[in-house]
Amino acid sequence: MTETNGGEDGAMEFNLRLYVAGQTPKSLAAIANLQKICEENLAGRYKLEVIDLVVTPQLAAGDQIVAIPTLVRRLPPPLKRMIGDLSNSEKVIVGLDLRPVGKVAP
Amino acid sequence: MPSDKARAPFSTTSVHLPKTPTGIGGLDDLTLGGLPTGRPTLLCGAAGCGKTLFAMTFLVNGVTKFGEAGVFMSFEEREKDLATNVHSLGFDIEELIARKKLVIDYVRIERAEIEESGEYDLEGLFVRLGHAIDTIGAKRVVLDTVEALFSGLADTTVLRAELRRLFGWLKDKGVTAIITAERGEGHLTRFGIEEYVSDCVILLDNRVQEQVVTRRLRVIKYRGSAHGTNEYPFLIDDAGISVLPITSAGLGHAIYDEAVPTGVKDLDAMLGIGGYFKGSSVLFSGLAGTGKSTFGAAFAEAACKRGERCLYFAFEESPDQVVRNMRSVGIDLQPHIKSGLLKFEAARPSLYGFEMHLARMHRDIEQFKPAAIVVDPISAFRGPSTEIHATLVRLADICKTRGITVVFTSLSAVDEQMSESERSVSSLMDTWISLRDIEADGERNRILYLLKSRGMSHSKQIREYELSDDGIHLTEPYLGPEGVVTGAARMAQEAREREAEHERLELTEQRTRQIARKRDALERQIAEMRAALDAEEDEVSKLIEHQNIRTASVASDRAAMARKRGGNR
Repeated sequence: MTETNGGEDGAMEFNLRLYVAGQTPKSLAAIANLQKICEENLAGRYKLEVIDLVVTPQLAAGDQIVAIPTLVRRLPPPLKRMIGDLSNSEKVIVGLDLRPVGKVAP
Repeated sequence: MPSDKARAPFSTTSVHLPKTPTGIGGLDDLTLGGLPTGRPTLLCGAAGCGKTLFAMTFLVNGVTKFGEAGVFMSFEEREKDLATNVHSLGFDIEELIARKKLVIDYVRIERAEIEESGEYDLEGLFVRLGHAIDTIGAKRVVLDTVEALFSGLADTTVLRAELRRLFGWLKDKGVTAIITAERGEGHLTRFGIEEYVSDCVILLDNRVQEQVVTRRLRVIKYRGSAHGTNEYPFLIDDAGISVLPITSAGLGHAIYDEAVPTGVKDLDAMLGIGGYFKGSSVLFSGLAGTGKSTFGAAFAEAACKRGERCLYFAFEESPDQVVRNMRSVGIDLQPHIKSGLLKFEAARPSLYGFEMHLARMHRDIEQFKPAAIVVDPISAFRGPSTEIHATLVRLADICKTRGITVVFTSLSAVDEQMSESERSVSSLMDTWISLRDIEADGERNRILYLLKSRGMSHSKQIREYELSDDGIHLTEPYLGPEGVVTGAARMAQEAREREAEHERLELTEQRTRQIARKRDALERQIAEMRAALDAEEDEVSKLIEHQNIRTASVASDRAAMARKRGGNR
């Protein structure tokens, strides 16, 4: 269940992973919220993977997933995590440092 | 619920609730079989109580003893640290992981790294745990310490709901789980999770008394099952964890009539049955340097020579030191140590509390199954006499029920006749031998006497004894008008006596010789007189003969004369 939006792998400035577990309301809300935020702020600059732990539970330990949904910002460094259904878009933008075009985190 | 069921034969108790044995010696006894199968158990205690080791032992024993795979979900320690930490208990975690019998999942939650936005749940934890359980078919699960989540996540309402769901989910999964939690103020756990895990609650405690730490365990609750309710000391050492359900037993132990030699021949003779009673407690008390340990070692050696196992608890000397010192009095313990019949357990008395010492001794006794025990010395225990007494009563109990003969030694203080420990145990001892020093004439000599020996007639004599290079020997002391004379004085006295005896002997001989001479002389005289008499008799008989002849001839002469005169009738 991987979605990419934008150019080639690795070339993307933002590499995001969203961990969900099945098609629960929270999971669906998180996916929808995240896609919206990304399109609005990072159009063309991000890669988004959605991982369903019901399908691939072995991936949970790797990223230290405890809460669901968890969004992991793998790139740019440092690694950041955000848990919740991402309904508070302000918090997501600030927390994950999803700044508009042109500005890259140091 | 009877409070004394820790002593009851647990295996015979009917068990309604299926139980999962922990493999931890003692704990399975006092919980009558183990933890409730398929239910979570809360293990709480303050920092450093051994919660993690306890939980890990549960899992490792599950794999090695009961063939049940386990999952360890650690919220505090990394996999590697855990493996290192429990290695000291002799557990090879890595090997178990490689065999796919154990999974360690380290859950790291760092509040600083996590932002929260909107609603969430802990499904990730469920997924991880579920995945781990399913991959190895685990039957046992440990969550150590799940409360770490509270410091990692802000929303405690969600957390509590999720924990409740987690414990329910664990039950549904049918795994036997241990959930560890930190002890909290006024609560069993800091975050009150005992609300959710209520089937079985075990409390670990680490108490410091008089600067000595004793670990204790208590089963606070066990739904659906009877359990031992007391606090029990437990040990964590290189042999793993052992809980010691020791309660003072009634005096219903079997008794033995057999005699166990003391290892000192002369002492055997003093005791009516030729030794101590099997299963009895013997106390040697005395001042420093009276040879208490030597008597203990002699007993140990004798036991080993009979091919029996002997356990030697040394609280003042190291095993090597004891062996060396005893060699000087002709007691060689080394070969017995080599053959495995003799085992030394040396520890500083201050190393643990009484309970702990007792617990350790109990475990050693259980494992080694000795026929004889030497505890050298009990006076090394310092503390309130009630505690010393309780400890020794239990030790004596343990030994009596198993028919083990115990020799205790106790150091008396110089100024008082009985030390604290002696006084408190004196009533407990079946045989009490007092060793004393007598200082006189510029030397020190040792005497012993039997203060008491239950159930047998015994010598009431005060005996002097010597520690020579071929063991202990008892000698008759000289009882003179000024009291007991020992050592060189005794020897002098003995020499004097020998001399007097010698003189008496000579005198008698002289008299015998004299009388013999007299008899000889007399007999010679008698012979002479008899000879004279014989000669006289001879003469007389000759005279009589002559007389007869003469008489006969006179008669014949007269007849002839008559005939010659012719018929003048």
